Amino acid sequence: MTLSPVPDRGGPAQPLLLLSGLKKHFPIRGGLFGATVATVRAVDGVTFAVRKGETLGIVGESGCGKSTTARLLMRLMEPDAGRMIFDGEGVGQDAQTGGITLKEYRRQVQMVFQDSYASLNPRLPIEESIAFAPKVHGIAPAEARARAHELLAAVGLAPATFARRYPHELSGGQRQRVNIARALALQPRLILLDEPVSALDKSVEAQVLNLLVDLKEKFGLTYVFISHDLNVVQYISDRVLVMYLGQVVEQGPVEAIYDRPAHPYTRALLASRPSMDPGARRTEPPLTGDPPNPINPPSGCRFRTRCPFAEAVCAEREPVASDLGGGHEAACHMAEPGSGHSQAGRLAA
Amino acid sequence: MSEVLEKPTTQTAVAKPLVMLRDLSVRFVSRDATMHAVNGVDLDLAAGEVLCILGESGSGKSVTLRALMKLLPRTARVTGRIEVAGRDVQAMNERELQDFRGSDVAMIFQEPMTALDPVFTIGQQIAETVVRHEGVTRAAGMARALELLELVQIPSAKRRLAAYPHELSGGLRQRAMIAVALACRPKLLLADEPTTALDATVQIQVLLLLRKLQEQLGMGVIFVTHDLGVAGEIADRVAVMYAGRVVEEGPVAAMMRAPLHPYPRGLLGATVHGGMRGQRLTTIPGAPPSLETLPTACSFAPRCAEAEPACLAGVPAPRSPVPGRSARCIRVAESGV
Ligand SMILES: Nc1ncnc2c1ncn2[C@@H]1O[C@H](COP(=O)(O)OP(=O)(O)OP(=O)(O)O)[C@@H](O)[C@H]1O
Ligand SMILES: Nc1ncnc2c1ncn2[C@@H]1O[C@H](COP(=O)(O)OP(=O)(O)O)[C@@H](O)[C@H]1O
Ligand code: SF4
Ligand code: SF4
Ligand SMILES: [Mg+2]
Ligand SMILES: [Mg+2]
Repeated sequence: MTLSPVPDRGGPAQPLLLLSGLKKHFPIRGGLFGATVATVRAVDGVTFAVRKGETLGIVGESGCGKSTTARLLMRLMEPDAGRMIFDGEGVGQDAQTGGITLKEYRRQVQMVFQDSYASLNPRLPIEESIAFAPKVHGIAPAEARARAHELLAAVGLAPATFARRYPHELSGGQRQRVNIARALALQPRLILLDEPVSALDKSVEAQVLNLLVDLKEKFGLTYVFISHDLNVVQYISDRVLVMYLGQVVEQGPVEAIYDRPAHPYTRALLASRPSMDPGARRTEPPLTGDPPNPINPPSGCRFRTRCPFAEAVCAEREPVASDLGGGHEAACHMAEPGSGHSQAGRLAA
Repeated sequence: MSEVLEKPTTQTAVAKPLVMLRDLSVRFVSRDATMHAVNGVDLDLAAGEVLCILGESGSGKSVTLRALMKLLPRTARVTGRIEVAGRDVQAMNERELQDFRGSDVAMIFQEPMTALDPVFTIGQQIAETVVRHEGVTRAAGMARALELLELVQIPSAKRRLAAYPHELSGGLRQRAMIAVALACRPKLLLADEPTTALDATVQIQVLLLLRKLQEQLGMGVIFVTHDLGVAGEIADRVAVMYAGRVVEEGPVAAMMRAPLHPYPRGLLGATVHGGMRGQRLTTIPGAPPSLETLPTACSFAPRCAEAEPACLAGVPAPRSPVPGRSARCIRVAESGV
């Protein structure tokens, strides 16, 4: 038996993955009887689509819910609320009701983590780690090994030199290549990359980014690329999604987000990048303070405690995503005509 | 701002550097291997100057910084001359070191909890340092602690004096660590990637704060980072390290505009920044060498596109094509002196 690539079903206009109203809250237990004393609203109503063949970048500061979104997307944990549709089929439903089983979903969606050790068995040579999942899926060992060698070559590691090495015998960049090969082994359609180059040195980071671009082309992949590095996300993404305290505050085509950021948080985040020009140093930081705690997020707009444009309405009502045209949307009262903000509609399409 | 924290007025007549490193080498010797972490580093820092040491992980940045404070473990074999504020650091005994650390030189880290004590409040930690070094009363120590928290722009400083480190957010903890380091007005601040773990919007706040404090207090700062952008934001001069040596040194703007040495040139090309979309990234092939043997040639040669046989003849000496800049590469022209 061989694993064949999964054919496209819904056609190019059908998003590969649609997440809607996704929520994940973590109870914080305390006291004598372990009662729930507080709730971390790690992901709090997240909706977005991943289009076929694109790279969707997700940015945001630590704790904003990027990795929790990733774990939900991978179904490494169950969401408290929300729906997931993969190429037109409900994820986790069985085939009779027009769904895709978790087992099949997990074959078609694979993940690469920041920590290059995390998903490799330290006691197995890397070719065995790569061949492991295909064998579980019924591929004959010899064939799985041959495929592992092909994949090692595809990620730039000569099989003759590297196939029998153990994870600790590789550099961080080489281990990350192995992880990418492992993620490719089941011929997935979607690869989720959570900070895949953040632990690498710059010279190695560039090698891995070039590789990711090549593989996407070669295997017709779709990527979700999570990173806190705004420059890397700009480089690799077609569309970008900005998160703040468990919610999506802005999303759109990469040019729109970077050239015409609408949400005050996105603007501040982009302005916080070091300038790379010692002659043009900033003197005032774009924002003060740290992101607040997701245990007790501010009422109304969650950004209002740090937002220079906050007004009364921002504390009263949660802004909804407003369309700015061309698939660009932002959740801010200034982008919503008639919201009651003195600058309402200023940003609208 | 109170006078205790103002710029020290004592200026030595001769411009003797605040830090002078000559031929610093550090090896870590264990039973089965020797690690040549630092291999002949010369560096000067003027009073009130900010030098960034830039390099990839393992290039010897942190070891160099720790050597300046004599903070290396017993397994380290340190040779060369280390002078800070005119004092020979290598020759100091334990008592002298105690006095030296804190009052002449202080250090901040990536992870603030390595510098803060979890069981004492922020106020207690600062006051205790001040009392120990300057023999003032506890009350005076606490007053200084309050001033320092205000100086590092911690909101509600008075209330925060009584906070324990774990009660503060990441950005505030970083500020508290800076306050502790500044408690005794050091002439030299050593900073080992203090903003690397911070989020973008917090990183820029801490960078601008450090820059401002450095100017206000007239401190010399050596700031270790692997991030070119961070160096661009804070450095006066940059020293780029590779395999335990400084391969290029000079003013930050000149280095970022046109690096002399092929390694920083490659690094600059490989660093993703705005406007590179759709372009293939230039990369440096391979990885840095293992430091288990002492490099006897240009350490960058195996990865260098411009290497020639002469590069393997020996370790290239620093060459200076223009005053104030130098690089260890045989292809760099030496200015006609
Ligand atoms: N199992 C858990 N129990 C309790 N809280 C959790 C759990 N997992 C995540 N959280 C909290 O949920 C929030 C979002 O976490 P998440 O890991 O998704 O952040 P992130 O955006 O990936 O951050 P980073 O950039 O630091 O990786 C954080 O406040 C985190 O502390
Ligand atoms: N205590 C130690 N024992 C053995 N080797 C060490 C020790 N500290 C650092 N090294 C080695 O010295 C080299 C330089 O380390 P370091 O200065 O920490 O690098 P960086 O430039 O990343 O700060 C590395 O190869 C590191 O593994
Ligand atoms: S809704 Fe109000 S507080 Fe929120 S980002 Fe917009 S202006 Fe600022
Ligand atoms: S000395 Fe030779 S190998 Fe080394 S950096 Fe210069 S050209 Fe490259
Ligand atoms: Mg994360
Ligand atoms: Mg270090």
